[in-house]
Amino acid sequence: MEATPQTAQAVLLHGEAIIESLKQARVGYVLSVPDLHTSQGLLKPITQDASLKLIRVCKEDETLAIAAGLSYGDKRALVLIQYTGMLYAMNAIRAIACDQSMPICMMIGMLGKEPDRPSRESGKFGVRIIEPLLDVMGIAYHRIDRDADVACIAPAIETAYAQSRPIAFLIERRPVHS
Amino acid sequence: MIDRRAAWAMLARQLTSQIVVSTYSSATDWLATGERALNYFSFGAMGLASSYGLGLALARPERRTIVLDGDGSLLMNLGTLVTIGALAPKNFVHIVACNGSYEANGGHPVPNRDVDLAGMARAAGIANAHRVTELEGFENLIPALLTGDGPHFVELKIEQGELSRRDYKDLYRASRRAAFRAALDGVPQNG
Repeated sequence: MEATPQTAQAVLLHGEAIIESLKQARVGYVLSVPDLHTSQGLLKPITQDASLKLIRVCKEDETLAIAAGLSYGDKRALVLIQYTGMLYAMNAIRAIACDQSMPICMMIGMLGKEPDRPSRESGKFGVRIIEPLLDVMGIAYHRIDRDADVACIAPAIETAYAQSRPIAFLIERRPVHS
Repeated sequence: MIDRRAAWAMLARQLTSQIVVSTYSSATDWLATGERALNYFSFGAMGLASSYGLGLALARPERRTIVLDGDGSLLMNLGTLVTIGALAPKNFVHIVACNGSYEANGGHPVPNRDVDLAGMARAAGIANAHRVTELEGFENLIPALLTGDGPHFVELKIEQGELSRRDYKDLYRASRRAAFRAALDGVPQNG
């Protein structure tokens, strides 16, 4: 009898796993400008989840100030944007997350990041500069590339609110929606 | 045209437990009406006062949140009107002091002094949008702003304020934000 060749296990990142981690961290609001990278696999299931209140805004810097206002009222929020939106909102991130040391939790879609190399070595300039920018701003971040990486999300959000500090999650692989 | 300090003093006399979010020249003139623990001063990223206020209004529906904005600031974040119009928080009041200039930045004019901000707010879904050009008109409107269902938007036509140096360092000190948070949490404050 011939051996059946083993199929390589596909590496996946499930939006549902991310959503579950948000609930674990008692996040009640998602503030978002749609991002093609997270649109179907993450934002779409968020729209279908009644336990998360989705606030659609017009431009990314709004999300920073709304999240800050919510945090003063003891409500937790996730900012869900694309890396280009993060670049657009840099001054708001500087003022609110850094100068005021607010617990801003950002999930950043890394649209166009190549799966076979680190974002710092990306061929896309915008993708390549994200981690260095976060470093220079002193904002901690986690790379989220597969389901195994999701376990860090809830504890990191808890720490962000406990210490009143920002945190960023870089969504490297396009999430899937099962 | 309205003197902003007179308008803010008129408003201050009628406030009780409302949250007030203010920014730049509107903020320094608001502080001149007196210290309140429930004052939040928006700084660092011009244009976002209404977004801070929106977050507060959503998080604390039991309190009314009043935003004291400026036209130069609002013009940097016009999308906020659409976001507020869509969410329509009943406890949200947005008062924009309009003098057609970036007063905090040297008094240079905004790109179009004749822009109809109340009309923009209405078009964005904020039905209770008013343009007020006289102090008496503002006085008559205040009861509705403090008790009627919002969101409310007021385009308040004001005179150019002083361009003198303003003490932003005091306005934005971290201890003010700590006092604001404590007041929201109901922690008694000393002094």
